Amino acid sequence: MSVNNPQLNKDGKLHHLLTTEGLPVGIVQEILDRAATFVDVSDGLDINNVPLLQGKSVFNVFFENSTRTRTTFEIAAKRLSADVVNLNIGESSTSKGETLMDTVDNLCAMHADMFVVRHAQSGAAHFIARYVDPGIHVINAGDGRHAHPTQALLDMFTIRHYKKEFHNLRVAIVGDVLHSRVARSQISALTTLGVPEVRVIAPKTLLPTLVENMGVRVYHDMAKGLRDVDVVLMLRLQNERMQGAALPSAGEYFKYYGLTEEKLARAKQDVIVMHPGPMNRGIEIDSSVADGPNSVILAQVTFGIAVRMAVMSMLAGVSK
Amino acid sequence: MKIHIRGGRLIDPKNNIDEIRDVYISAGKIVSTGETPQGFVAKLVIDASGLVVAPGLIDLAARLREPGFEYMATLETEMVAAIAGGVTSLACPPDTDPPLDEPGLVEMLKHRARILNQANVYPVGALTSGLKGHELTEMAELVDAGCIAFSQADAPITDTRVLMRAMQYAATFGYSVWLRPQDSFLAKNGVAHDGEVATRCGLPAIPVCAETIALSTMLTLALETGVKLHICRISSAAGVELIRSAKQQGLAVTCDVSMNHVHLSEMDIGYFDSNCRLSPPLRSQRDRAALRSGLQDGTIDAICSNHAPVDEDAKQLPFAEAEAGATGLELLLPLVLKWGREDKLTLSDALSKVTVQPARIFGLDAGHLSVGAAADVCIFDPDVYWKVDPGALKSQGKNTPFTGLEIQGRVRYTMVNGQLVYQT
Repeated sequence: MSVNNPQLNKDGKLHHLLTTEGLPVGIVQEILDRAATFVDVSDGLDINNVPLLQGKSVFNVFFENSTRTRTTFEIAAKRLSADVVNLNIGESSTSKGETLMDTVDNLCAMHADMFVVRHAQSGAAHFIARYVDPGIHVINAGDGRHAHPTQALLDMFTIRHYKKEFHNLRVAIVGDVLHSRVARSQISALTTLGVPEVRVIAPKTLLPTLVENMGVRVYHDMAKGLRDVDVVLMLRLQNERMQGAALPSAGEYFKYYGLTEEKLARAKQDVIVMHPGPMNRGIEIDSSVADGPNSVILAQVTFGIAVRMAVMSMLAGVSK
Repeated sequence: MKIHIRGGRLIDPKNNIDEIRDVYISAGKIVSTGETPQGFVAKLVIDASGLVVAPGLIDLAARLREPGFEYMATLETEMVAAIAGGVTSLACPPDTDPPLDEPGLVEMLKHRARILNQANVYPVGALTSGLKGHELTEMAELVDAGCIAFSQADAPITDTRVLMRAMQYAATFGYSVWLRPQDSFLAKNGVAHDGEVATRCGLPAIPVCAETIALSTMLTLALETGVKLHICRISSAAGVELIRSAKQQGLAVTCDVSMNHVHLSEMDIGYFDSNCRLSPPLRSQRDRAALRSGLQDGTIDAICSNHAPVDEDAKQLPFAEAEAGATGLELLLPLVLKWGREDKLTLSDALSKVTVQPARIFGLDAGHLSVGAAADVCIFDPDVYWKVDPGALKSQGKNTPFTGLEIQGRVRYTMVNGQLVYQT
């Protein structure tokens, strides 16, 4: 493992996928290019016809529940002919007193080739990658507020699919950036790919300190922030934000930061609207936009499988 | 036992001595520096040529983990760590289990330390019962049992009326109150400085205003009550500035910083290094620079190790779940020397922050080598390099952010009350 970049091996090849931050642009592009070759497969044409991961076992290790993300990883692995084991560790083993180290050691002893990990703590994927046997690859499926790289990569794939280029885009990320691992990964992926203007739009209570140092422009007024943008990336608003004094009410949030047709009219005419799901209709996004002509939300889901197939096959070191 | 320390470079910041001078010890006390006392026949002669002879170090915060946390460390291991680090007197915070809020606990700790006969241990009593911030402890009784000051360790007092009463009561008897400023609401669940790194890593953050708000409250109440206030582990530029102006206005407040914060910043967290999970959190590089200038101009009086041995299981966790703290007793001297070299201080000025200055905060006649003083001495080689290898540390805590660092300066002999307790 390289000291400087824990995701790369000594030859500079992808060994783990932990975050989009610090990922060389060449590797990002390779993932997107490879995903493009899988799009047909993931459309369901040739379901078990890609034996790239035959004989390999992929463990979905979820310390935090998520049906949707786990399912897309499972489908991706199965379409690559891998054996898939789903482990919903949730609170079970930790509540029995087993440490994360013990859990990781046990899973390593079961001879997995790849761990897909989700955990509620930022940095958990880095932690696991540091302690697994050197032959095992770790994919971060979301760690705390830190990173969700496959989500960001599928978003990049979707943007490239519709917009072709990155270097002439204006992209706005709207919502709870503070608590969002998706937003952090999107920001570093967008800046890595050369998007010249990335905006974040949110009230001050939902933005982290010095977020502008990540290379974004900050807007509190959604109408201004959406002006002339090519891509709108909506974030999910967690209900508990109302309790932590971050927001007064869902109603007020929707009024000022919910995406409606009226607000979207400020953006470019061919703007695309994306959302990582699951959506809170009527809180962060109006149904007329979610189901409208600019929405590419369902395409994201389809592309998500192709991107995850691309990442898994690259990590396994198999060429296509 | 009569000891003659020969040919060493005597550095005694309090007495402004920095020259080659012999030191003579008899019956546990310094009997002469320089001239051989009449009829002095040494039983032990230590050749200190090429070495520095300094007062034993005084550490304002070293957790020994007894009682209650013996799985992290014990008095036996940590006292050996102390003398291996040249620390001859240390204050232990009250955050044990149970906390040091009853005279019996304090007596037991003092008694255990006395039997081990190594460094001098000075318990800091709990300011409130159970460190809960509601009821005052029996401070006078605790002082009779051996407490030298009162503190809440890292536990907050949210009720400002209790804080004021505690200060008033302590002031009645002239006791010192040592407090670490951190607003518990603003710091809730936080594990890292609210800045660039926490933002990038998605770590729950503690803003600087958590320190400055609590600090303002403490300074205001100190002025109001006249208590002797010592501020522990200052971490931010804004905090340093508040103390500076309080001192300028004549408030008799003192302040310390942990050696970790003198050397590290939030950047050292890197990829979630749980050894950098510390309390207070490592702040920005700008804050670190302000802490250093605070040390230079005397706003910050002392440097402490903030020794907090943590067992390995509690560190091998994702950053936010890892227990805060780092082992430090054995690294205090070399890290103070490193700071002194980097900031171009004389050896004497650097050592004053871990000898005479903390002694003053303790209210202790120690930290100097005047004739008649207790012979607490640290003799070290200032030039030798060594690499921090956690496995080689005497402390039971192996957790340090300085792992692998090449540092300069190593203790050769430690004496407590004229007894040679450590040599290597």
